[in-house]
Amino acid sequence: MKPLMEIKNLTTRFHTQDGTVNAVNGISYSLDQGEILGVVGESGCGKSVHALSIMRLIQIPPGEIAAGEVIFDDRDLLKLSDKDMRSVRGHEIAMVFQDPMSSLNPVYTVGFQISEALILHKNMNKRQAKERTIELLNLVGIPEARKRFDNFPHQFSGGMRQRAMIAMALSCEPKLLIADEPTTALDVTIQAQIINLVIKLQQELGMSVMWITHDLGIVAEMVHRINVMYAGSIIERGFVDDIYNHTLHPYTMGLLGSLPSIDEAPGTKLISIPGLPPDLVDLPSGCPFFARCTYREERCAKEQPVLENGLEEGHSVACWRWREIQKMGVS
Amino acid sequence: MGRYILRRLISVIPTLIGVTLVIFLFQRLIPGDPAVAMLGEHATAENVARIREQFGLDKPAFLDRDALAEGDLPGFFDSQYVSYFGRLLQFDLGDSIHRRIPIAETLEERFPATVELALLAMGLSLIIGIPIGILSAARRNSILDGTTMVGSLVGVSVPIFWLGIMEIMLFAVILKWLPSGGRLSSGVAIEPITNLLLLDSLLTGNWAGFTDALKHIIMPAVSLATIPTAIITRMTRSSMLDVLQEDYIRTASAKGLAERVVLFRHALKNAFLPVITIIGIQVGSLLAGAVLTETIFSWPGIGKWVYDSILGRDYPIVQGVTLLIAIIFMLVNLLVDLSYAMLDPRISYE
Repeated sequence: MKPLMEIKNLTTRFHTQDGTVNAVNGISYSLDQGEILGVVGESGCGKSVHALSIMRLIQIPPGEIAAGEVIFDDRDLLKLSDKDMRSVRGHEIAMVFQDPMSSLNPVYTVGFQISEALILHKNMNKRQAKERTIELLNLVGIPEARKRFDNFPHQFSGGMRQRAMIAMALSCEPKLLIADEPTTALDVTIQAQIINLVIKLQQELGMSVMWITHDLGIVAEMVHRINVMYAGSIIERGFVDDIYNHTLHPYTMGLLGSLPSIDEAPGTKLISIPGLPPDLVDLPSGCPFFARCTYREERCAKEQPVLENGLEEGHSVACWRWREIQKMGVS
Repeated sequence: MGRYILRRLISVIPTLIGVTLVIFLFQRLIPGDPAVAMLGEHATAENVARIREQFGLDKPAFLDRDALAEGDLPGFFDSQYVSYFGRLLQFDLGDSIHRRIPIAETLEERFPATVELALLAMGLSLIIGIPIGILSAARRNSILDGTTMVGSLVGVSVPIFWLGIMEIMLFAVILKWLPSGGRLSSGVAIEPITNLLLLDSLLTGNWAGFTDALKHIIMPAVSLATIPTAIITRMTRSSMLDVLQEDYIRTASAKGLAERVVLFRHALKNAFLPVITIIGIQVGSLLAGAVLTETIFSWPGIGKWVYDSILGRDYPIVQGVTLLIAIIFMLVNLLVDLSYAMLDPRISYE
């Protein structure tokens, strides 16, 4: 089956006063129809920037998509005219953002803001758009949707706003939904509701979802595949079970080790990864994880490892020593 | 909302009393005597005294302490200010000392001229300032933005009187395109309806009158509009720059809306609150600027009138006009506050 989206060598930089920030450094992967992909990594690893690059929402300047292709439905999004790109945004690819408190325009009603996309992409008139919006608000579980249509964002709670954002994103039945840390700003109970909502809607509508998060625990139960990103590169990629059961990259091991587990004996210390990610203005020439890696050797400082096939089909890792590390029996 | 407006209107009253006190005090602090100004340097002391008595200028300005010392309570209150205030309560602004006709009468004639000038100047600054401010913000650090920033800095810095004189030199004296002053050429008549000449000439289909009035108003309006335009441009730009960083702007772009829609629908309405505040304040500077502009262009409005009256020490006129300007300023700023609630649903007045 042909993938829905294929990204090749995507490279995004920001030209700032302190130098060029290498935010995304030549990443390549594909996303299947109906797949839920988790993109995981700590803050500043380029996961959000790579999503905004796909949408071409990077502010240029200072940003620049320096190289790469984003093949979506047989077209390279990076080569589309502005007008054609606008008909992709919100229509074929929709996005939900991190902070629902600030992502809705405070001076327009929630209903209006959802209808806007319908009027724009689906050629609906105001009345049709209103009816559809009310359906959507019902779909995402907002009670008394008809009344709520005329509410302003400040009359919604955080969780309701994020539901409204999801309704907005789903309004035009996109082929791909990009969710950029949509639950980070919410309470844990609301987090679970939102995750379940997205899974349910994904199954009903059959769209693909890209779920960006720094929390490996959240994605484990919902995604099919995971891209682990570090310093603007994908350093491990694979199906969720393989990643959890046969972790190959020391960074991913660190991420998993830092999660508390309910099975652990009380008093077990969480493992943290020492040090900080490298400065994106001045990336090391070798492996970006070199400075923090406990398995590093001479070669790692000089040559940057590229993604290569690991143990299972579709599981790949960018590490020179992954075989040796596996033999050591750590995981 | 209604109660809020009422409360605000009531709070106007003490402010106005304060304004009358201040203007009364300052006028009497400037040296000079209306009677002397009226009769000339060589008037006899007798004549001066007669005029002073006639207009009550022989009475103390505020309160008569000597009368109080003598236990004369009515005498204590028998002052210029108290009698002025008493007349004010009956909506009587008094008479001009020089021309001896009611101020209200002249005001009716002159006020529309200033209103017309100020409205046109404000219109110009909004039509120019807001779009340019938006574009500069949207194209930050472009050549357009740089030119705007330099232009608006020059605009706030240039003195109105100098700009006015330069305009007269260029367009009236050298090029002879525009008249150097006045509101209408002699021989041109416009049937009065609102006393706003541009509007009246349009309403009566008087094209010759309209072009003549337009030629007269264009230079004073441009001079008067310079500073507000520059300030509104800068305010719009910086307010838009703030708003364009907001998450909801990214949401709007992610929806696939065109840049034009994002700027004018999603950003502008949010960016408008600080701009409106500035517009309200600019109404004050517009009325103050009218004094200079009207004097330079011999525009027969209240600005030139108050200038002439200060020179002639015609106290009641200065008092009346200042009071009117204060009322306008306060009402405009009440409107500004009310418009917040219209622009931003999170603001309500209860």
